Amino acid sequence: MSSVKTAYDKAKAEGRAALVGYLPAGFPSVDGAIDAAKAMVEAGCDVIEIGLPYSDPMMDGPTIQDAVHQALVGGARVADVFRTVEAVAATGAPTLVMTYWNPVDRYGVDAFARDLKSAGGAGLITPDLSPEEGGDWLAAADAHELDKVFLVALSSTDERIEKITADCRGFVYAASLMGVTGARKAVDTGAPRLVERTRAIIDKQGLDLPIGLGLGVSDGAQAAEVAGFADGVIVGSAFIRRLLDAPDPASGLAGIRALTAEFAKGVRRAL
Amino acid sequence: MSPQDRSVQRRAWLGWGSRRWGLGGGGKVRACSLNRCANDGALVRFPTDPTSLLLRDETNLMTIDAARGASGVSSQTSLSSGAPVPDESGRFGAFGGRFAPEALMAALDELTREFEAAKPDPSFTAELDDLLVNYAGRPSLLTEARRFAEHAGGARILLKREDLNHTGSHKINNVLGQALLTRRMGKKRVIAETGAGQHGVATATAAALLGLECTVYMGEVDTERQALNVARMRMLGAEVVPVKTGSRTLKDACNEAFRDWVASVDSTHYVIGSVMGPHPFPMMVRDFQRIIGVEARQQSLDLLGRLPDAVVACVGGGSNAIGMFHAFVPDEGVKLFGFEAGGDGVASGKHAATLVGGSLGVIHGMRTYLLQDDDGQTMETHSISAGLDYPGVGPEHSYLHDTGRAEYREITDAEAMDAFSLLCRTEGIIPAIESAHALAGAIKVGKELGPDATIVVCLSGRGDKDMHTAAGYFGLMPEGEAK
Repeated sequence: MSSVKTAYDKAKAEGRAALVGYLPAGFPSVDGAIDAAKAMVEAGCDVIEIGLPYSDPMMDGPTIQDAVHQALVGGARVADVFRTVEAVAATGAPTLVMTYWNPVDRYGVDAFARDLKSAGGAGLITPDLSPEEGGDWLAAADAHELDKVFLVALSSTDERIEKITADCRGFVYAASLMGVTGARKAVDTGAPRLVERTRAIIDKQGLDLPIGLGLGVSDGAQAAEVAGFADGVIVGSAFIRRLLDAPDPASGLAGIRALTAEFAKGVRRAL
Repeated sequence: MSPQDRSVQRRAWLGWGSRRWGLGGGGKVRACSLNRCANDGALVRFPTDPTSLLLRDETNLMTIDAARGASGVSSQTSLSSGAPVPDESGRFGAFGGRFAPEALMAALDELTREFEAAKPDPSFTAELDDLLVNYAGRPSLLTEARRFAEHAGGARILLKREDLNHTGSHKINNVLGQALLTRRMGKKRVIAETGAGQHGVATATAAALLGLECTVYMGEVDTERQALNVARMRMLGAEVVPVKTGSRTLKDACNEAFRDWVASVDSTHYVIGSVMGPHPFPMMVRDFQRIIGVEARQQSLDLLGRLPDAVVACVGGGSNAIGMFHAFVPDEGVKLFGFEAGGDGVASGKHAATLVGGSLGVIHGMRTYLLQDDDGQTMETHSISAGLDYPGVGPEHSYLHDTGRAEYREITDAEAMDAFSLLCRTEGIIPAIESAHALAGAIKVGKELGPDATIVVCLSGRGDKDMHTAAGYFGLMPEGEAK
């Protein structure tokens, strides 16, 4: 049983959406990211995504680009990602890695899966790998009992959604808007429709797969709105923005706690 | 000869009138080399023939026909033992594919469908062919470089003059095709990445011609070293966005263009400028560029009565090289050489020679060779040439490399600049610094193959844009500009 799925189920049993928080490893430092992710767990995140810092973050907006750049300049390595996962997973929160594909490809897909598993990681979110190109990963994830989280988008056809959900485990990541990562003022009007389409397909397939919605969620009110139609609310850039704007690490952590609490409240009062 | 006659003659030469040239074809058209263009005065006029540029089979050895085009199978060529490339998922052997965000998948599928539908569509090909002839100036010349050849072991050197195309490089071939596809898809805006600015200028040009909105992403480093091209793009009405992230060169411009595209894909087409990116781009750009080799091959036959011994091109992403190589791939007697940017030398680590010094991975939507560290992070590249300063390479080159059909080597900055100067002084032609890598390569290949050999070199662009760099390098402006 996927620990991520268990976390979603627990939230559902409590009549709310799950809160999923993202932070790149190595930002603001390796230990700083571990502290921040632990604070997110303590303040109410159900699932943590640790980003693998990559030199060419093609799908990320300026906030995550900045954070990842700082992480890489600070010397973050793939080994640091595993160390971060190990520390965060030790809190008991299911911990996924979100990564562009090349670093995994370079590491060796099976070796990466093996080392992620032994660090206590729950699986991978792969924004530039589709199931069609992901044969090696699908096999490795099954062999090491890891979650496989692929993305669906507003532009995805029903046929594609069907292929994607069939290969997901843990949850399916619905990208709420056409664009890169980054906080937005409003939830895209197409997002509820995407979740509805995806859910209909999942039901038709007879799967029990939660739908997490991410990209652009910036405050508690939006979290509440998203919790009204999705099983999980995914937040990234808003957390990073707090750390980037903080004058020192302590106030950064305080900001993370406060923001997590706001989102945690949001997912509990679905609109 | 009136301009109209010249146009008709060029059309005839290009093969508009031919059913197909080659073994499987019907009425064979007598071709004429533009170097010796009398052709007995026999112009053949079949302007309505549907078998057009994208589908013609001048090389005898490819198996393209209209039916296959309509069936959704793209123009393909097989190496002797291999399966057709690319396959339906865009794989050239182990390379290529589609490693792209889900948000772009629908657009990539749409683009694939539109391209496959356009290729056999006479109205599309007629318009493209007309633009290539009457706007871009095709066919380009094949110029013999006799004085330059004295420095290349006496081998005969023929320059395929893509520098004479409108906008000054081979980039226009691809851009005109993609701009017409953009209009066909009902999109009103194009975006592009550019390194040296040649692709950006070509895209801005086509956008102006077809009334499309145009945004070009260019690394900040490149906007500085190619300032003239920035001004050209802006004159043509394009918005030029200097990219300040990462290494601030071509790869970062690609990232930024993809970010734009993910958010604008409903109304915008991303005109990728090389044989790179997710499927169908490597195949589509190849098909729009293969006219270079198709012409060069026929011009060689006309001039020499045989095929050349070697074909040489520079390789960054690799579009001029694929365009040049493709028609020659089945000709096993013709050696294919790609010359990458060696910078300060591959051993120095400051270079952009992907196939010489890289390893297998995924970048910008494709599986291919790239320059990366142990963690899979893209490495900083260096080349004096902005257009070759890219850490990846088109997947078809990786395929030709691994199958051994083409050989890839590096040319250092210094070697390229020597060849740059040499062509200026011996032939009165100022090449692009990118193309100077091919020229330096031709000197080496010429010395290896000896005086009986004939080498066709793709002179992919002209060097006007590089005057600032060259003046600095050679110390031509001691008062201020020298480095």
